[in-house]
Amino acid sequence: MSLVERQDTISQDSSVWDGGMGSVGDYVALLKPRVMSLVIFTAFVGLMLAPGSVHPVLGAVAILCIAIGAGASGALNMWYDADIDRIMSRTRNRPIPTGKVTGDEALAFGITLSIGSVVTLGLLVNWFAGAFLAFTIFFYVIVYTMWLKRSTPQNIVIGGAAGAFPPMVGWASVTGSVSLESFVLFLIIFMWTPPHFWALALFKSVDYRAAGVPMLPVVAGETSTRHHILVYSLLLAPIGVAPYLLGFAGPVYGVAAVLLGLAFVALAADVWRKRDGDVARLACVRLFKYSIFYLFMLFALLLGESLVAGV
Amino acid sequence: MAEEEQGITLTDEQKKKRRSRSIAIAVALGALVALFYVVTIVKLGPSVMDRAL
Repeated sequence: MSLVERQDTISQDSSVWDGGMGSVGDYVALLKPRVMSLVIFTAFVGLMLAPGSVHPVLGAVAILCIAIGAGASGALNMWYDADIDRIMSRTRNRPIPTGKVTGDEALAFGITLSIGSVVTLGLLVNWFAGAFLAFTIFFYVIVYTMWLKRSTPQNIVIGGAAGAFPPMVGWASVTGSVSLESFVLFLIIFMWTPPHFWALALFKSVDYRAAGVPMLPVVAGETSTRHHILVYSLLLAPIGVAPYLLGFAGPVYGVAAVLLGLAFVALAADVWRKRDGDVARLACVRLFKYSIFYLFMLFALLLGESLVAGV
Repeated sequence: MAEEEQGITLTDEQKKKRRSRSIAIAVALGALVALFYVVTIVKLGPSVMDRAL
């Protein structure tokens, strides 16, 4: 928070302080619980698929640290983006724009949890996983939030890596290393992120334009965004099948991944075809919602197969 | 009070929120202590109890 903004938060009556109004629930909201749930799930799948074993308590500690680290990234993201969050309808009810938590409080909260989660993961599980978590937080806060988000329409393509690292961190918690298999898990989320967010950006482009965020529909136009969504969907579908092709997922996953991928491409083609009016908006909403289901199903199937194989 | 010395007076609402946050921090710190205790036992195993007097 700059000095000028800081001065704005100080009331004319110097004995009255407008901070300290955040409830526990407001601080939980800073952690972006919905994003955190996806991180927990994908990290857990990475941890379960990794070769070797980890004590259940240490596994739970690893997932907890990854979740807290992801939440800390969310808090730091909200601290930095408070100015544009005030403008967009999707984000204006967050704790900082509503004045429940001050920017300084969110910053202190985010930094404390970042350091705490990394150190705890390093001390209790292994330092490779701890360092990887630190890099993930760095990537999301510094590379994506502070650098890419406001400077390039490719923001979520590159920045999406931050959301794709959790299964690799989960894997590293068991093995202390990375491997081709964990990289494939990363690649699935990495390729999934652009069509997922661009579908959202297409029906929220007014918000992004008002906030001055150079999302692809704002900078390159909606037609170009539809081309991009289709191309990324065509790339994503075969990558979704890769775990089966590389031998670390079974035939049930293989068949399901093909069918789920085809449906993804069909919905992306629908977005590409329908350019105007409510039908176009509906196609975007359907792809956005389906993309969440798609990613959940791929990872749920990987998890299910690994559990069945382990019985 | 320290707050009055600094010229800041908390409202009742701020005091109530601070109390709930303080309890949450206390619970989190307690959980962290328990976590480190349990992990120490897990890492060292039963031999943690087996030492010369």
